[in-house]
Amino acid sequence: MTTVTLAGKPVEVDAEGFLEKPEDWTKEMGGEIARSAGIEKLTERHWQVIDFMRKTYLDTGSAPSMRALGKTSGVAIKELYELFPKGPAKLAAKIGGIPKPRGCV
Amino acid sequence: MIVASGAELLPEETEGLTGPGWGETAFTYYSVEGAAALHKAMQSFKGGRLVVNIVDMPIKCPIAPLEFCFLSDWWLRKRGLRQKTEIVLATPLDGAFTKPVAAKMLGELLEKKKVLVETEYSAGRVDGEARKLYSWDERELAYDLLVSIPLHGGSPFVESSEELGDELGFVSVDQNTLQAKVAANVFAIGDATNVPTSKAGAVAHFQAETLIENVDRFLAGTELEKSFDGHANCFIETGYGKALLLDFNYEVEPLPGKFPFPVLGPMPLLKESRLDHLGKLAFRQLYWHMLLPGRRIPTISAQLKMAGKDTSLLRPEGGNG
Repeated sequence: MTTVTLAGKPVEVDAEGFLEKPEDWTKEMGGEIARSAGIEKLTERHWQVIDFMRKTYLDTGSAPSMRALGKTSGVAIKELYELFPKGPAKLAAKIGGIPKPRGCV
Repeated sequence: MIVASGAELLPEETEGLTGPGWGETAFTYYSVEGAAALHKAMQSFKGGRLVVNIVDMPIKCPIAPLEFCFLSDWWLRKRGLRQKTEIVLATPLDGAFTKPVAAKMLGELLEKKKVLVETEYSAGRVDGEARKLYSWDERELAYDLLVSIPLHGGSPFVESSEELGDELGFVSVDQNTLQAKVAANVFAIGDATNVPTSKAGAVAHFQAETLIENVDRFLAGTELEKSFDGHANCFIETGYGKALLLDFNYEVEPLPGKFPFPVLGPMPLLKESRLDHLGKLAFRQLYWHMLLPGRRIPTISAQLKMAGKDTSLLRPEGGNG
């Protein structure tokens, strides 16, 4: 566990930079994490996915997988990859301040 | 009601997978017919690129694709084709397995056996005529033989029954009591559930103890037992007469050690050995003559035991996936 400063506040993150405590998160931190991952500006479409992920995590205790995201977030998988290159579920979770989605065993 | 409707294969949900070449150069061994067709194709395989692809999780037995790679390596070597064959495992995970210690150890074993691993590969479509697999981020993998582990979903009736299942059609249950979220008089077991552990036979077996107890308790009107801990236990055949053994649950990732007794074992955990292969062979007898008739196997409990496991490899924060 390490402590980093995001949007001017110290927060604890894991080895891959996912926030340890979702309650520490603010929208500004989301923007900063996105920029460090190469997404300059978060659009409304980005936020639709991030908010959905965060809400699902806070309601159910687990973040949706990419496939679930494609089925239920209102954004198709193809577009998810355009919005969040490489790993949409992982990146959106990181930006949204929730733990890395667990690939079910 | 007890839902035990399993998981279904959904190869048609991946664009092009069941199009040209399906059953000729692209197969799945996750069905009996698929396995038989692949067996036939492998008999006439002359070498080239063998791509094993897990389209997405969850799947039945997440260890089986690794086992397929290990056994293919052995089988191809015996036939004198290994030098002419490149084996590629394309997985949506960021390593060989979902949990770090096993991912590292299994990753090293794959490397030793010269199986190339393409990680974070989310397959989006197949061009069967060109024999190419593409990920959603447009990474192209050409193949001569594609072994696909297709998308899995729950039974269609689960998906169409309001609030019974999750978005993939698996019954939403309490992960420790196996009671469905939708109603108190509904339970589920095995692949049909959405619990975050392996969709494997061992899991269904361990779940059964909790399920039976809780159905009794529900009928008697007493509090349910939160006893299912996600326990999974499986052998991985690695070829050359060897195998390795994994034992884990929701909280404890597969670790090295000894099983079923600490120190004495005799079977090593998470380490290739001849003894684990013999264990697997012995398990066939146990399966037919003890598990199926419902006899208990002494020493193997439904809940995971920590005794005999080496915890020194765990990261300080105990990171589980």
